[in-house]
Amino acid sequence: MKIGAPNEIFEGEARVAMTPDSALQLQKLGYSCLIETGAGEKAGFSDSAYQKAGVEVVHSAAALWQAADIVVKVREPSEAEADNLRKGQTLISFFWPAQNEALLQRCKDRGANVLAMDMVPRISRAQKMDALSSMANIAGYRAVIEAGNNFGRFFTGQVTAAGKVPPAKVLIVGAGVAGLAAIGTATSLGAIVYAFDVRPEVAEQIESMGAEFVYLDFEDATQDGAATGGYAAPSSPEFREKQLEKFRELAPDMDIVITTALIPGRPAPKLWTEDMVAAMKPGSVVIDLAAEKGGNCDLTVADKKIVSGNGVTIVGYTDFPSRMATQSSTLYSNNIRHMMTDLTPGKDGKVVHNMEDDVIRGATVTYEGEITFPPPPPKVKAIAAAPRKEKPKELTPEEKRAKEVAAFRKQTLTQVGLLAGGGALLLAVGLVAPASFMQHFIVFVLAVFVGFQVIWNVSHSLHTPLMAITNAISSIIILGALMQIGSGSVLVILLSVLAIFMASINIFGGFLVTRRMLAMFQKS
Amino acid sequence: MDFGFTTAAYVVAAVLFILALGGLSGQESAKRAIWYGIVGMAIAVVSTLVGPGQGLWLMSLILIAGGAAIGYQLATRVQMTQMPELVAIMHSLVGLAAVFVGFNADFETTRVLAMTEEGRAALVNGFAAIVAKKTPVEINILRVELVLGIWIGAVTFTGSVVAYGKLAGKVNTAAKKLPGGHLLNATAAILSVVTAVWYFQGGGFLALFLMTLLALFIGYHLIMGIGGADMPVVVSMLNSYSGWAAAAIGFSLGNDLLIVVGALVGSSGAILSYIMCRAMNRHFVSVILGGFGGTGGPAAAVEGEMIAIDAEGVAAALDDADSVIIVPGYGMAVAQAQNAVSVLTEHLRKQGKTVRFAIHPVAGRLPGHMNVLLAEAKVPYDIVLEMDEINEDFPSTDVVIVIGSNDIVNPAAQDDPNSPIAGMPVLEVWKAKQVFVSKRGQGTGYSGIENPLFYKENTRMFYGDAKDSLDKLLAQLR
Repeated sequence: MKIGAPNEIFEGEARVAMTPDSALQLQKLGYSCLIETGAGEKAGFSDSAYQKAGVEVVHSAAALWQAADIVVKVREPSEAEADNLRKGQTLISFFWPAQNEALLQRCKDRGANVLAMDMVPRISRAQKMDALSSMANIAGYRAVIEAGNNFGRFFTGQVTAAGKVPPAKVLIVGAGVAGLAAIGTATSLGAIVYAFDVRPEVAEQIESMGAEFVYLDFEDATQDGAATGGYAAPSSPEFREKQLEKFRELAPDMDIVITTALIPGRPAPKLWTEDMVAAMKPGSVVIDLAAEKGGNCDLTVADKKIVSGNGVTIVGYTDFPSRMATQSSTLYSNNIRHMMTDLTPGKDGKVVHNMEDDVIRGATVTYEGEITFPPPPPKVKAIAAAPRKEKPKELTPEEKRAKEVAAFRKQTLTQVGLLAGGGALLLAVGLVAPASFMQHFIVFVLAVFVGFQVIWNVSHSLHTPLMAITNAISSIIILGALMQIGSGSVLVILLSVLAIFMASINIFGGFLVTRRMLAMFQKS
Repeated sequence: MDFGFTTAAYVVAAVLFILALGGLSGQESAKRAIWYGIVGMAIAVVSTLVGPGQGLWLMSLILIAGGAAIGYQLATRVQMTQMPELVAIMHSLVGLAAVFVGFNADFETTRVLAMTEEGRAALVNGFAAIVAKKTPVEINILRVELVLGIWIGAVTFTGSVVAYGKLAGKVNTAAKKLPGGHLLNATAAILSVVTAVWYFQGGGFLALFLMTLLALFIGYHLIMGIGGADMPVVVSMLNSYSGWAAAAIGFSLGNDLLIVVGALVGSSGAILSYIMCRAMNRHFVSVILGGFGGTGGPAAAVEGEMIAIDAEGVAAALDDADSVIIVPGYGMAVAQAQNAVSVLTEHLRKQGKTVRFAIHPVAGRLPGHMNVLLAEAKVPYDIVLEMDEINEDFPSTDVVIVIGSNDIVNPAAQDDPNSPIAGMPVLEVWKAKQVFVSKRGQGTGYSGIENPLFYKENTRMFYGDAKDSLDKLLAQLR
C-alpha cells in the first residue's frame, strides 16, 4: 500500500507529516511512500532528500490524493481536501472531531476511514504516538524562547564588572506537558521559575523540573487527575477566586508569565486578568499558549503579539510548533510512524484496522461509512487512581497550643510521678536500712542519675567507643581485689591475684582500644 | 595513709569518669575525654594502693604490669571488624573478677566473724577492718549485696563468653535452647533464690557456690537462646550487667568509687540496650528471651523478580549520579570491604558527587559498629549520618548502594503489618531513583524474612562478595 503526505495548505503551517527518516521506517513496514513536491520545504526537507530516502515525489496534490491509499497530514483536511477522499482510503491527521462535526460528516459520506491523532488515548502504550504531547513539548520550549525574544533582559542572574543582573522570574500556569517543558527550558536558561497547577499531584513533577510549586491553600483543592485522563477539570468558583487572588499577589514580581491552562472540550479558562497585566512591570512578557482556545489572558489576541498600555508584551501565537517546523515535523512524523506500526502488525504493508485495540479504536473517528466518535472509554485507565491520602489535619494555633500544654502537663505528671515514686521507694529503704547503707545508697542513686543524664548525649556514632570505655572503667572492680589481697588467707590472695590480673588486662586493653578507635574518626 | 586523702582522690576519679563519658558526645571532645578516663583510673588505683589497700604492693604492681602487657597486645592486634568479640570477651573478665572479689568478701566476712573481740579490734586496715565494725544487720545487708554482685557477675561471665563465641563465629549464631527453654531458665532463677536464702540462713560457702553455678548456667543458656542479629542488644546488656555487678560489690566493700563507676557503666549499658531495642521496635524482654515474636498472619507474598547487574552497569549509573548514599551492614564487616568502600567514596567525591553514608542504629553486631569500621577506613565522620538525619533525603537521591545489609532496608517493615519486623524503623532506600544491593546470594537475611526491596523495579542485585564486587566496580570506574 502507498502512504502519501500532501502539502499543508493551511495558512502559515510549516510542518509536514512525513520526513525522509520516517519514510525509511515506513518502507521497512512494507509501505511505499509518496510526497507532494515542496511539502517538506518549509520544514527544511527538500524533494531531493525525500528522493534519496526512496520516496516518490508527486507533482500535484490531486495526483497524490489519487495515488495514496493512506494520506498522512498535520492539520485537519479542508473541505476541498475532504472531497478528495474516496471509499476505503485512510486519513491520519489532527482532526478535532468534537469541534468539526460537519467535516466529520463529510468524511463519513466519502466512506473514508479517519484516524484523529488528537484522539489517541493517553495510556502508557500509546505514548509513542501521542502527538498532542510531542507538540505541546515543543510549544512549551518555544514559548520560553519566544518570551526571551521579547524580554529585554537575561534569564540568568549574573554579577559582572558592568553591574549586577537579577535573574528573571518566570511563572508557568498549568503544568501539563507544555508547562513542564517550559519549566525545564526556563530553569536551564537560569531563571527562577514558579509553577501553578490545579492538580496538587503534579507538585512533585514541577519540583523535579526545578521549579517551585505555587501552593494554594484551599480545602477542596484536591483534583484527581486520574478521573479525567490526566487533564485538568473545571474548578469551583471559590477555588477560582482563591487562585486569582494568588496570581494577583504574584503578578508584580513576575517578569515572564507563560499560561498553558486548557480544559478538554471547553474554552480556555481566564486566569490572567487585565488588572494582573496592569500590575506587571513594563517590559514583562505574557505568553499565552491557550490563545487558540480563547486564551488564558484577558488581553490575548489570537495569532498576534500586542503590547498593553503599561508596556507588557502579550504573545498570542497559536502556531508555536509550526515555528519550529523541522523539530515538530520530525516528532510528528515519528508519531505517525508509530501509529502505522500498530496498524501493520504483519509488517507487510497491509493495514489491519483492529477496532478491538484501545488505541486504534480511540483514534478512529470514522470507519467503513460510520461515525465512530466519541469512542467508548478505554479499557485501560490512563493513570491509576491515586489512593486518597488522609491528610493530617491542620491544627489551629489554639489547638496546637492546647496540645503543647497537654503534652507538657503529661510530661510533668510522669516526671513528678517518677520522682514521687522513686522518693517514696528511697524513704521506704531508708526506714529499714541502717545509716551506713543509706550513705552508699544515696551515692549509688545519684550516680545512676548522672549516668542517665550523661549517656543520652553520647553521639550515636561513638557507641562502640562508649562500650569500650565503659568496659575499661568497669574494671574498677580491681579496687575490690586490691583491698583484699593483703588478707591472711591463701585462697583469698589467690582469687585476688586472679581478679587483679584480669581487671588490669581489661583496663589497659579497654582504654587502648578506645583510643585507637577515637583516633580514627576524622573530619573531611 | 589516712582515709580522707583516699576519699578525696575517689571524688576526683569519679568526676573524671563522668567527664570521660560525657565527652563522648562529639568526636573531637572524645579524644580528650579518653584521657580523663585514663587519669581517673590511675588515680583510683594508686590511691587504693596507698590507702585502704593492704600489703603485697609489689605483687599487685607486677600483676598490673602483666595484665597491661596482655591488654596492650589485645588492643593493638585486634582488627576493627573483631571489635564486638573483643568487647564481649573483656566483659567476661569483669564478670569473673566480680565473682572472685565477691567470694573473697564472703571468706573475709566469715573469718572476721569467727574472730574474738580483741582480734577484730586489732584489724586496722583493709576490708576486714570494715567488716569488723559492722553490726549484725549490716552484715546481713552485706551478704545480700554480695549475692547480687556474684550472681550478676557470674551471668555476665558465661553470657559474655557465649556472646564472644557467637560473634567470633566459634559458636553457631542461631538461637538455640536446651529442651525446656524458658522453663529451664525460670527454674534456675528460682533455685538461685533458694540457695541465696539458704546462704543468708547460714548455708556458708557451699550455698554461695551452688548459686554461682546456677548463675553461670543462666548466663550461658540465656545468651545461647539469642540469635546473632540481636547481639548489639546483648553486648550492651552485658556491659550494663558488668556495671551493676561492680556496683553491688562496691556496696559490700563499702567503696563509693566502685558504686559510682558501677552505676555509671550500668546505666550506660541500659540506655544503649534501650536505644537498640527501640531501633528494632522490639521489647527488651522479647530480645532477651530470644527469637522474634509471633506475628498476626502470613507475611505478604513478594511479587516480581530479582534482576542482577554487573559492575559495568553499576559504574555507568554511578557516573550519571549526582548524589549517592551508601548503606553498609554486617556483610561489609564480614567481607572486610570497608577500605574498598572508602576508596570508592573518595573516588566519587573527587568527581564532585555528594556521597553520604546512612547508618541504621542496629547495623552490625555492636552499637556504632559501622561508624568505627568506616572511621578505620578513613571515611570522614561528617558524611556518615544516622537514620533520622538521612531518611528524608532518599527520594532526592540518585543512587543508593546497599552493602551487606538486609533487614534494616526492608520495606516490609512499613508495608506489611504481618511481617515479623513490622513497625521497625528502616532506612527508606527504595525511595531513591536507583538501588544497588551488593549481596552474596539470593538468600534471606538473619531473620529469614523475604525482602521486597530486592524485587522492586528500581532495584538491581549486584551479586558477589562485597569486597570483590567493589574492587571490580572500582576497576570499571577508573
